[in-house]
Amino acid sequence: MIKHTKPNAFYDTFTRKGPGQKTTHYCPGCGHGTVHKLIAEAIDEMGIKDQVIFCNPVGCTTFLHYYFDTGHVQCPHGRAPAVATGIKRTLDDSIVISYQGDGDLAGIGMAEIVHAANRGENIAVFFVNNAIYGMTGGQMAPTTLIGQETKTTPFGRDATRDGYPIRMSELLNTLTAPVFIERCSVGNATSTLKTRKAIKKAISNQKNRKGFSFVEILSPCPINWKMNAIDSRKWLIENLEKFYEVKNFRDVDTGIKSHGRFPFLDDKELFELLEVSAANEKKAQKQLKKIGEHKVKIAGFGGQGIMSVGVLLANCGKTAEFNTTWLPSYGAEMRGGTAYASIVISDETIGSPVVDKPDVLIAMNAPSLETFENDVEKGGIIIVNSSIVPKKVTRKDVKAYYVPATEMANNLGLTAAAAVIILAFYAKLTGVFPVDVLKEVLPLSIKNKKYVEVNQRAVDAGETFFNEYKE
Amino acid sequence: MAKNYIKLDGTVCKGCRVCVEACPKQCIVISSEINKMGYQFAKFENPNCIGCGICFYVCPEPGTITVYKDEEEKK
Repeated sequence: MIKHTKPNAFYDTFTRKGPGQKTTHYCPGCGHGTVHKLIAEAIDEMGIKDQVIFCNPVGCTTFLHYYFDTGHVQCPHGRAPAVATGIKRTLDDSIVISYQGDGDLAGIGMAEIVHAANRGENIAVFFVNNAIYGMTGGQMAPTTLIGQETKTTPFGRDATRDGYPIRMSELLNTLTAPVFIERCSVGNATSTLKTRKAIKKAISNQKNRKGFSFVEILSPCPINWKMNAIDSRKWLIENLEKFYEVKNFRDVDTGIKSHGRFPFLDDKELFELLEVSAANEKKAQKQLKKIGEHKVKIAGFGGQGIMSVGVLLANCGKTAEFNTTWLPSYGAEMRGGTAYASIVISDETIGSPVVDKPDVLIAMNAPSLETFENDVEKGGIIIVNSSIVPKKVTRKDVKAYYVPATEMANNLGLTAAAAVIILAFYAKLTGVFPVDVLKEVLPLSIKNKKYVEVNQRAVDAGETFFNEYKE
Repeated sequence: MAKNYIKLDGTVCKGCRVCVEACPKQCIVISSEINKMGYQFAKFENPNCIGCGICFYVCPEPGTITVYKDEEEKK
C-alpha cells in the first residue's frame, strides 16, 4: 500500500528545465520543496485542486506555476496579498493562497500584508522565512538575525546600522482581524509535521470562510547560509527558532466571515446603475448614419475653450447615440499655451482614444495649423479660424474651410464662443449629428447659465455662416 | 510481519542527505554513484523500514520518495 507519494496537486512533469524533468529548480536542501509538498498534500486531502489560485511572489518561488497544477497569478513584488484580495472578493468560491518569502512579504510588501490582515481578508498566506534574500544571491533581509553574515552585512547584521529583525507573526498578532497565526519550522521531521497541520488549518479556515490565516514557516537556505543541508537545519533550530519563537499565536473562530464583496449585478441592474437603459442599446443599433470611426482634433491656445468644446463635441456624439471618447492634451503651459483635444466618434467600439491622423482638424490658432496640418488624413477636412490664422492650408489633398470665428464671436460679445461657432459649422459640414443636437447639449455643458443664450446665438451664427459659405 | 519499504528515485535526487540524517532506522544511505544532474544521490538499503514517512516529509523534492507500508517490495 502506498502511504506517501508525490501529491496529485503537482504536475507530473515540471517543464521549467525542459521536457522530462521531475525536479524543482530549488537548490539541494532548500526548504521550499518541503513546504510545497505540504501544501500540495493539503490540497489533495481537501480535494480542492480545481479551486486553488496561487498568488505567486517575486523571489525563488516566482516559478510556483511550474509545479502546482492549479491556478496562478504572478503578482508584482510584495503585492500578492493585494492581488489575493481582489481575486477572493471576485471569485468567492476559489481558494486563494498567497505564498511569499521574507523579502517579498516583510520587505517591499509590508504594507500589503498588514492591510490585508487588518481587513481580515479570507485568504491563506504562507510566509516562508529563511532570513535572507535567496534569489538575488544572499543579501540581508528584514528578518536576518543580528550578527548574521550576508552579502550586504559581511561583518554581521548590526542593529545600529541595519535595524532589528522583524517578527512578522508577532506584528500581525497585534491586529484584531486575523483568525489564525502560527509560526512553524521545517527544521526537522517533527516540526515539519506540525507545519503540515498548520497549513491544512489555514486552508480549511479559508474553505470554511473563517477569515485571514497566516502561517510563517522558518525554512533553511543552505546555499546562501553557506552550509550544507544538514548543518543549515541545525543552524535553523539553534538560531532562527531561538529568535523566532515557534508557536501558535492565535487560533480563534469568529464565525463565518462575509465575503466583503459588492453584490453581483446582472446586465439590467448594471445598465440601470450606469443610467443606460437597454432601450438605448437598441437605439444605438439603429443609428441614422454609418460614420465608421470619425476622428477629430481641436487645437488652439489654452483659454480658447478647446477642452470645453471637445467635451461638448463628445457629448453631442453621445447624444446622437454614437460611442465617443475625449482625450485632452495640455502643453507644459496653462493659459496661453498650446492645447488640443482628441475626439473619436464611432458607431463601433472605440479601440483607442488617441488621434494620430484626424479626419477633421479644427485649427483655432496658427501654431496648431502648422503643427497638425500634415497629420490630417488624405481627403480630410481642415477648419481654420481665419480671424487669427493668416496662413492658408498648403496641402492640396485635404479640404480647407476658413471661418472668421473669433471676429464673429466678438460681434456676439463673447470671444470664447468662437469655438462653438466652428463646432456648429463642423456639424453642418460633416453631418455627423444635426445642429439641433448641439443646441440640446449646449445648455448642459455651460456652467454659467448667463452665457447659454449667447452660445445659442453662436450656434445660429455658425449655421448661417455655413449656409452662406462660398469656397 | 509485514514489510515496509520506500522507492527512492535516484535520478531526481539532489543528494542533500536530509533523509539520510532524518531516518530513525538508518535505512537510507548515500550511493557512491552520481546521477545525471551530477549529484551523489541517496538510496534505500536497510530492510528495517517502519514506513513512518519521515523521509518523505523532510525530502525537499516533490517526487523523489514514495513510501510503501505493509507491502513486500517486489524485486
